[in-house]
Amino acid sequence: MDVIKPHEYDELLRNNVILSTVDAAFNWCRSRSIWPLTFGLACCAIEMMAAGDARYDIARFGSEVYKPSPRQCDLMIIAGTITKKMQPLVARLYEQMAEPKYVLAMGSCAISGGPFTDSYNVVKGADTFLPVDVYVPGCPPRPEALLYGFLQIRQKIANPKKIEGLRKHG
Amino acid sequence: MEIFNTIANGLRDWLMGSLGFSATATEIITTAVWTLVAILFVMINLIILVWMERKLAAYFQLRRGPNRLGPAGFLQFPVDIVKVLGKEDIIPANADRFIFKIASTCAFITSLTAFAVIPFSEGVALLQNLNIGIFYFIAVGSTATLSLLMGGWSSNNKYSLLGGMRTVAQMISYEIPMVFSLLGVVMIAGSLNLTDIVNAQKNTWFVIPQLIAFIVFFIAATAELNRGPFDLAEGEQELVAGYMTEYSGIRWAIYMIAEYGNLVASSAIISIMFLGGWNAPFGLTFIPPFLWLMLKIYLVIFVFMWIRWTLPRIRIDHLMHFGWKFLIPVSLANILVTGIGVYVYRMITL
Repeated sequence: MDVIKPHEYDELLRNNVILSTVDAAFNWCRSRSIWPLTFGLACCAIEMMAAGDARYDIARFGSEVYKPSPRQCDLMIIAGTITKKMQPLVARLYEQMAEPKYVLAMGSCAISGGPFTDSYNVVKGADTFLPVDVYVPGCPPRPEALLYGFLQIRQKIANPKKIEGLRKHG
Repeated sequence: MEIFNTIANGLRDWLMGSLGFSATATEIITTAVWTLVAILFVMINLIILVWMERKLAAYFQLRRGPNRLGPAGFLQFPVDIVKVLGKEDIIPANADRFIFKIASTCAFITSLTAFAVIPFSEGVALLQNLNIGIFYFIAVGSTATLSLLMGGWSSNNKYSLLGGMRTVAQMISYEIPMVFSLLGVVMIAGSLNLTDIVNAQKNTWFVIPQLIAFIVFFIAATAELNRGPFDLAEGEQELVAGYMTEYSGIRWAIYMIAEYGNLVASSAIISIMFLGGWNAPFGLTFIPPFLWLMLKIYLVIFVFMWIRWTLPRIRIDHLMHFGWKFLIPVSLANILVTGIGVYVYRMITL
């Protein structure tokens, strides 16, 4: 019996057609049903709420199911300034979410600390302690921008291989 | 629906005749098939109801609702279910693991057993002609409280426990006016058998002589189903998600299925007890009785959803005051008036 060398694992996994097909189906379904956490930190949360309301209506993409409990959510929208006092709570909420989970940093504050970046009490961006998937710039971003961010995260979930490729070269 | 009975009798004959099973084995197999049909019925209704709820909520709020997947977003829910199946199954470290695991399944079982007595048309029910049909429904329905408390308590989370406790307080308080309001119908029909009650409504639906009971029952059923404006058990502002805070993935989905199953069962009971069951109004008998009952059930469900997405949630003390100080006296007075009415009617006619 031949010994499988570590560098052959990837190839073996790639040829395992059934597994990858189920994965693709699951990923497709995951990308089409993203339930965000009911959770906002500052003014960006107001824009996030507007995205759920009549004019912008995030429900069209099946994402109006804002779940109050982190156990039932897929996406954490970090909408607002993360203060040093709030940071452990944000991290804890992220840890309470069930896998697979994604993070969207909304607005300048969540990306880099924004206008408060020099403050003694502001965390300089959510990516200092969380794996952020999509950044939506703006101060605050308009609801359309958030919807675009949603569509980007959907692409990212549906095509994990493409994202891996990007990561390798980027 | 002759066709259901024909299929059931055909199955029975085939099992006993061609395959040579004993009478007991045949009965067990037919019951199993019926149960499977009931589960399928709940599932099909679930898909329609979740879609309906999301679309109606959207329209009541001047939105569009899900409209990207399938016709009018109909495939959104199946996709959601597949996603939920793939989610991580979290059991909290300090939870009572055994009870935590079985609680959601218990909720589903109680909602399913309620379907055993609901007659979908003349003689089409799992337990046909159970002469305490409505009693059975109430008894099974009140055990649903237990599974919700199991979920809330075993999670070992303060929000879950508070949510579970609230559910118990609310359900037990509203169980009483619910049963009292049904007594008026039972007194007029003179039977606890659901088929007899429907047959007693051939001429007049009980919603007309028992209007107050109907309203009381409707309100109590809304509270019993944990639907808005009585959805205090899962009030997001106070208790994260109530008893299901710690549930994730498929265990949470089973709770949701149970909730919608209860919705269908309660709407079916309202249609049967007050809205004439499968009797056709205005002599429109060309629509089969089964479809008539489904139409009425869906009408009641529409009103439930309408109320849920229109009214704000009420406070817990208001809820208790309303249940104990208003609904119970009203339903008791209704029994008294109905009793006198039935007595007078008997004196005149006999």
